[in-house]
Amino acid sequence: MVTSLDKVDVVTVGVGWTGGIIAAELAKQGIQVVGLERGQNRTTEDFQYIHDEYRYAMRYGLMQDASKETLSFRNNKDERALPIREWGSFLPGEGVGGAGVHWNGQTWRFLPYDLQIKTMTDEKYGEDKIGSDYTIQDWGITYEELEPYFYKFEETTGISGEENPLGAPRSNDYPTPPMKGTLILNRFKEAAKSLELHPIQSPSANLSENYENPDGQQINACQYCGFCERFGCEYGAKSTPNVTVVQAAKQTGNFELRTDANVVEILHEDGRATGVRYFDVKTGEEFIQPADVVVLTSYVFNNVRLLLLSELGMPYDPESNTGVIGKNYCYQIMAGATGFFEKEKFNTYMGAGALGASIDDFNGDNFDHSDLDFIHGGVISISQTGRRPIASNPVPKDTPAWGSKFKEKSLHYFNRSLSVGAQGASMPHKNNFVDLDPTYTDAHGNPLLRLTYDFTEQDRKLQEYLSARAAEIMEKMGADIVEKRTMAKHYDIVPYQSTHNTGGHYGR
Amino acid sequence: MANESNGKDLSRRRFLKNSGYAAGGVIGGGILGSIFGMNFGGEPEPSTTIVQQTNPHHALMYFTREKDFEILSAATERIFPEDENGPGAIQLGVPYFIDHQLAGAYGNNDREYMQGPFFPGSDFQGYQTRLKRHEIFMEGILAIDRESNKEYNTSFTDLDGEQQDAILQKFENSDVKMKGVKSGEFFQLLSTATLAGAYADPLYSGNVDMEGWKMKEYPGHQMSYINEIENEEFIEIEPQSLRRQHEH
Repeated sequence: MVTSLDKVDVVTVGVGWTGGIIAAELAKQGIQVVGLERGQNRTTEDFQYIHDEYRYAMRYGLMQDASKETLSFRNNKDERALPIREWGSFLPGEGVGGAGVHWNGQTWRFLPYDLQIKTMTDEKYGEDKIGSDYTIQDWGITYEELEPYFYKFEETTGISGEENPLGAPRSNDYPTPPMKGTLILNRFKEAAKSLELHPIQSPSANLSENYENPDGQQINACQYCGFCERFGCEYGAKSTPNVTVVQAAKQTGNFELRTDANVVEILHEDGRATGVRYFDVKTGEEFIQPADVVVLTSYVFNNVRLLLLSELGMPYDPESNTGVIGKNYCYQIMAGATGFFEKEKFNTYMGAGALGASIDDFNGDNFDHSDLDFIHGGVISISQTGRRPIASNPVPKDTPAWGSKFKEKSLHYFNRSLSVGAQGASMPHKNNFVDLDPTYTDAHGNPLLRLTYDFTEQDRKLQEYLSARAAEIMEKMGADIVEKRTMAKHYDIVPYQSTHNTGGHYGR
Repeated sequence: MANESNGKDLSRRRFLKNSGYAAGGVIGGGILGSIFGMNFGGEPEPSTTIVQQTNPHHALMYFTREKDFEILSAATERIFPEDENGPGAIQLGVPYFIDHQLAGAYGNNDREYMQGPFFPGSDFQGYQTRLKRHEIFMEGILAIDRESNKEYNTSFTDLDGEQQDAILQKFENSDVKMKGVKSGEFFQLLSTATLAGAYADPLYSGNVDMEGWKMKEYPGHQMSYINEIENEEFIEIEPQSLRRQHEH
């Protein structure tokens, strides 16, 4: 039996960053918004015992319950996709705030180039630069149009940062000054400068000082406790939807947060959404929530999945290159270099998710690609997120994976190794996409989303180039051993890489 | 209780024998003493009853046969052995950590997708066995002993360290036949769990006395480094566990 509820103006599917922002902005204008969130509510009080690597970082305490819903995965469309039974490569969040609760808080703007890659690449390097298998398009919106909204987000979240000579142009300073400098960051900056690069303190949502945002929410100063990534903040010092926009929405009186509400279908008539169907995950009751506007504010995977399950839009077909839903799934290409130091020890265990130093010299089209066989690049950074002992056992390549030698080396290098990392851009390719799985289903019996993804030639060249640049910086930093990060033969769903899953649909 | 106490004693003696320290007598009392009780320094036969009194978490909630637990213990000790840097897996309570984890959500894959159908995956598709983790461990431990009997005609716990390593190496290389799972997958779970037990907060029964953290110069649960973060020197901080949260 389905219970039909009273119609509301707007319903959001998920209450993380996008759901929270939509809710706050509309509710401030007097529009009635219901936020449906399938997880639980979470506030700063939920994080009093958060300094627990095993519970949160290893056993994924704040992440989506994969027993109820996951994705299936294969490297290419000739393989049989199999379910991601335990999370690894990426970690979707769950509950109010979503992945915005456990993010590191590294807060970058798009470069103007990012929004017009197709046009700018064609103009500068010709139309055949990387080939037609890469399904690149402009976004259809420019950086100039978006700039005020980037700032509005930074103002709402109080981002701590400093002028970046190679970054996207800004019409305002960051709301709060950069975070503190450390030996690790300073060493990176000195090395980068000696290579005539342009290091800056990374922009951070772990705030350098107490801050009140324009909505009246207080965000506290970061304590550098080292438990940010994969954790919630017990100080309310990391900008999350929970301490900002969700509160702003609530205080208008026009927003209702409904937790335990798992949306399974977008209802629509004649191409217009009329509401959603959802289950209360605790009671099993089924509801229809009619609304004038339905906003998909879940994670990228679930947004696309709901469109496909609800038969909205035209699914992408890689054979005929038709359709849009599921197309252009992109990820992040992780490059970098690790340095091992014999004579120095660093306070690697201290830190914050976005405590870091970065260069944009090899990002976007900030460097000439005429003689390179790839486009784009990535931000190269050193991040001092707070090293954790279970997961972090850095050893030089020739070290055995277990036993006495491993123990000795992993103890020795825990505070004697540093990594320079690059978050490389991932270009869309016709063979990388998402659709519905023909076999595997979620707890409601609905098909899982199926991910088909592998690294491309463009990715490999970009990765190699960025890793070489990272290694040059690491050499200058004085490491005794420098090892470049390499790429697996195929994209592997097991080791953690990045929870920057993007694309999968577009609106043109 | 007498049996259990006796089992631990055996385990400890085997560990000492395997690691070569008992014969050579190179180890100081400071390290072992903190685990096995007082007066160990010059004592050839320390009492283990003190361990039981001081650590009620060191009892079994998953394993039902002492022998299986002994095999697990010996295997974890080879993965993370006692050495001049400090205690190994057994002294750190790693086998108890694993036992407790296997009895709960971890062992039962509570938050993992376990619906069929099951097919062997490629090398890039991750966990695909229908077995839950506790079943993989149980199968793996029995296979370790089976392999040991096949190769050396005796139990894994009676082998010397190098022989034990050779057996474990075969598991790591997926050279041992196991039901429903590759032996390399079991070994990967075992070695990951061993490190977790060595370094997780002591509340999970491993990392006894925060000795894992002390070896790694990791201070555990500290409220804030805001006053230290800019310091250019390496700072050694006495570790604290989450238990501290209950002491105010």
